[in-house]
Amino acid sequence: MAILVLAEHDNASLKLDTAKVVACGQAIGGDIDVLVVGQNCGAVASEAQKLSGVRNVLVADSASYANHLAENVSDLMLAIAADYEHVLAAASSFGKDVLPRVAALLDVSQLSEVIEVVSSDTFVRPVYAGNALATVQSLDDKKVMTVRSSAFDAVAFDGSAELVTLSQDIAPQVEFVTQSLTESERPELGSASVVVSGGRALGNSENFAILEQLADKLGGALGASRAAVDAGFVPNDLQVGQTGKIVAPDLYIAVGISGAIQHLAGMKDSKVIVAINKDPEAPIFQVADYGLEADLFDAVPQLLEQL
Amino acid sequence: MKILVPIKRVVDHNVKVRIKSDGSGVDFNNVKMSINPFDEIAIEEAVRLKEAGIATEVIAVSCGAKVCQETLRTALAVGADRAIQVDTDAELEPLAVAKTLKEIVKREAPQLVICGKQAIDDDCNQTGQMLSALLGWSQGTFASELKVDGNELAVTREIDGGLETIALGLPAVVSCDLRLNQPRYASLPNIMKAKRKPLEVIEISELNVNITPRIKAIKYTLPASRSAGVMVDDVAELLSKLREEARVL
Repeated sequence: MAILVLAEHDNASLKLDTAKVVACGQAIGGDIDVLVVGQNCGAVASEAQKLSGVRNVLVADSASYANHLAENVSDLMLAIAADYEHVLAAASSFGKDVLPRVAALLDVSQLSEVIEVVSSDTFVRPVYAGNALATVQSLDDKKVMTVRSSAFDAVAFDGSAELVTLSQDIAPQVEFVTQSLTESERPELGSASVVVSGGRALGNSENFAILEQLADKLGGALGASRAAVDAGFVPNDLQVGQTGKIVAPDLYIAVGISGAIQHLAGMKDSKVIVAINKDPEAPIFQVADYGLEADLFDAVPQLLEQL
Repeated sequence: MKILVPIKRVVDHNVKVRIKSDGSGVDFNNVKMSINPFDEIAIEEAVRLKEAGIATEVIAVSCGAKVCQETLRTALAVGADRAIQVDTDAELEPLAVAKTLKEIVKREAPQLVICGKQAIDDDCNQTGQMLSALLGWSQGTFASELKVDGNELAVTREIDGGLETIALGLPAVVSCDLRLNQPRYASLPNIMKAKRKPLEVIEISELNVNITPRIKAIKYTLPASRSAGVMVDDVAELLSKLREEARVL
């Protein structure tokens, strides 16, 4: 019984998500191989070799994989899937794009956003925006699943896996045009230990600057509610919630966010939640460990001063 | 160009779901049902492509029991030309839906399928990708912008670090993110007109797809509820609690 983990990377460095998916693999039990697909991704492969408890790191290095397009990556995974009982990837935009294709090509169902391993065929996953947890058993001979990385602790980087080079090359089906990534000096939203999030009450994008200062002072990442994103205050990749990113930091500070079901779905597993809102009836106070009923334009500058 | 839009009837997004006392599932009694919000965006996008003269016909399709017809009427009222209900009482997994849709695609021969990126009930985010794989078509998932130029699609996708644009050849499957558009409301005259638009019912058995469940739901539970927190009076108290009690600063 072996487990294949699809690595998440940008051709230059391995994302920490991969180490968390490997932890899920360890909870299932069995030999774990990590697949690195990309172009000029040698550095990523050597980083992956250090992942604790990994048997082999399989590398497919080719121009066809430069931009990690789902069509090309899933064809490659199909070609090597025969040797594995479990196929895992992080429930990131990349994993969600690729894995359902792999599952369909293998004619098996896929499990999304697994948060707990009960046994090698039984898993727990949230449904209805995290308002219910479903324990499900996969009846397929292969279990293809995406893993919610915030639910697992990353494994250590103390291993020394074998490097195996794959020679399969697939003719590209899709053309890649451009990519525009949001530039940020801050830690990545999905893996930050502190997240400061703002909502509609910020009023405009200039006012988000005070939250940026707060995030920087705490060494945290900046997040936002859908209302703030839709109003154009911040780019959409900062959105926390059912349709945005799922985060579980040590400290989540919700500023001017009412706390709709869809937003709570993305942050209610945070260790400590702080809410700052001037509406005492806001639903966010029902999940907050510490609530402060105050105008954010008074409270946030005071926080900055006293920190 | 013909566009096929798969839509799903789900528990309304404002409803806080309840779990049956025996844990066997979610309680649907007297719960408001609506069209899945992401599918609303898909239908809006297809109708906009028709209004722009790019699409010639928009077909809405839903797989499920007869009540799905209400959801299909909603799609017709927004501007779909006709609808297909694949009739089944079985609960379908994304793979079964994708296989069913593949058969509908074979019958209708659309050049483009536009679907929602995920249903807000099962939160799977799989069907579009699976359909695209089964058809051997290209996919443009999590689209926030869609441009059609002749036989080519430019899809701007929402990815973890920002946005990326890919070019796809038709035929293709596109799945919508929330920011693709702002769906319109159906006007009363259009709701009346929608009642006269064609709605075809196909028995799922006619399509010869294997819909045997591959996943067995063992139980549903409520997530651990958070214990009630405390309200603090001012910023100084908040900071001292975070430092001394929660020890996160």
